[in-house]
Amino acid sequence: MNSIKFLYAAYIATWLIHSLYVGSLIGRYRRLRQQKKELERGQSR
Amino acid sequence: MKKAFPILAVLTALFLAYAFYQALWVAPTDALQGDVYRIIYYHVPSAWTAFLLFFINFLASVQYLVGAKCSTQRAANWVVIAIGIAGFIAPFIPQVRQLLPTGMYPSSVTTTALIITALYFLIGKYFPGQSLDVLAVTAAEVGVVFCSIVLVTGPIWARPVWGIWWAPGDIRLTSTLVLWLIYVSYLVLRRFSDSAQTQKLAAVLAVFGALDVPLVYFSIWFFRTQHPQPVIGGGGSIDPRMLHVLLINWMAFLCFAFLVCWSRYRLEKLRREVEETEALESLLDPAGPPAASSAAKVPFSRGPK
Repeated sequence: MNSIKFLYAAYIATWLIHSLYVGSLIGRYRRLRQQKKELERGQSR
Repeated sequence: MKKAFPILAVLTALFLAYAFYQALWVAPTDALQGDVYRIIYYHVPSAWTAFLLFFINFLASVQYLVGAKCSTQRAANWVVIAIGIAGFIAPFIPQVRQLLPTGMYPSSVTTTALIITALYFLIGKYFPGQSLDVLAVTAAEVGVVFCSIVLVTGPIWARPVWGIWWAPGDIRLTSTLVLWLIYVSYLVLRRFSDSAQTQKLAAVLAVFGALDVPLVYFSIWFFRTQHPQPVIGGGGSIDPRMLHVLLINWMAFLCFAFLVCWSRYRLEKLRREVEETEALESLLDPAGPPAASSAAKVPFSRGPK
């Protein structure tokens, strides 16, 4: 059965979904850190 | 604890690499399906992890709902203790044992009942007050990611083995899709609702959503489906070497899920902190909060004010 491409596709899809999610977490975290810094700067003025 | 994160991340990456090696090169090839069966090492652990996370979401949501009143919380605690005791004793009563599906051991039911009870009280102890809601949204979101992997890898596996991508009407496949949709709607509700009742509504939805988890899990035990019957328990059998690799992969994915949940939990805490600071700022400053500061921009994370 020449189905090895399906095996690769499943593994790649899994890590692609995980990477996208972890990437989105990092992006959200950066945005929030930036907002927090801006707020702290605003408070100190 | 923050210093432990990079060390745990490196250890988890090594564990995942080891599990990957085991799945592709160490596990024996299946006589019928050939190498494509190795999708099981990602498909099944992802499903089990998603179930566990949805279950944590359920327990956190129940705790959140009953925690509003002291008397309700006490009553719920006694109900959970009663469930634990009943689950511990009942499988050993011959009349009840006859009702268990073939291959399901009474000891596994007992262990599950004890784990449920222990998890319920542990979550209540270590996640007091609003932390329960943070835990619930964290578990739901990461659970949806793992459930998405199940729904993507399933059809990729089905195509070469069954000859079709999807079996319409199959109860296992349909109930899994419904489960995914329920938790996506849970996240959408949290993202777009501005009501002060959002947390309660989401918790109620989570409680009803969790009812689908046992349906998904036991569908292949009680119904004839296109999806294979259980290979672990339920009268099924799996080569011990394959089972070993499957468990290694599940452990690796559990470690990974733990780290992702940890990050998501911290992110949610930070988001609420920023939101509170913004609210305080807008109260003190009549001109309003500083520009470019809106936690609402963060997708899938907005809760009630």
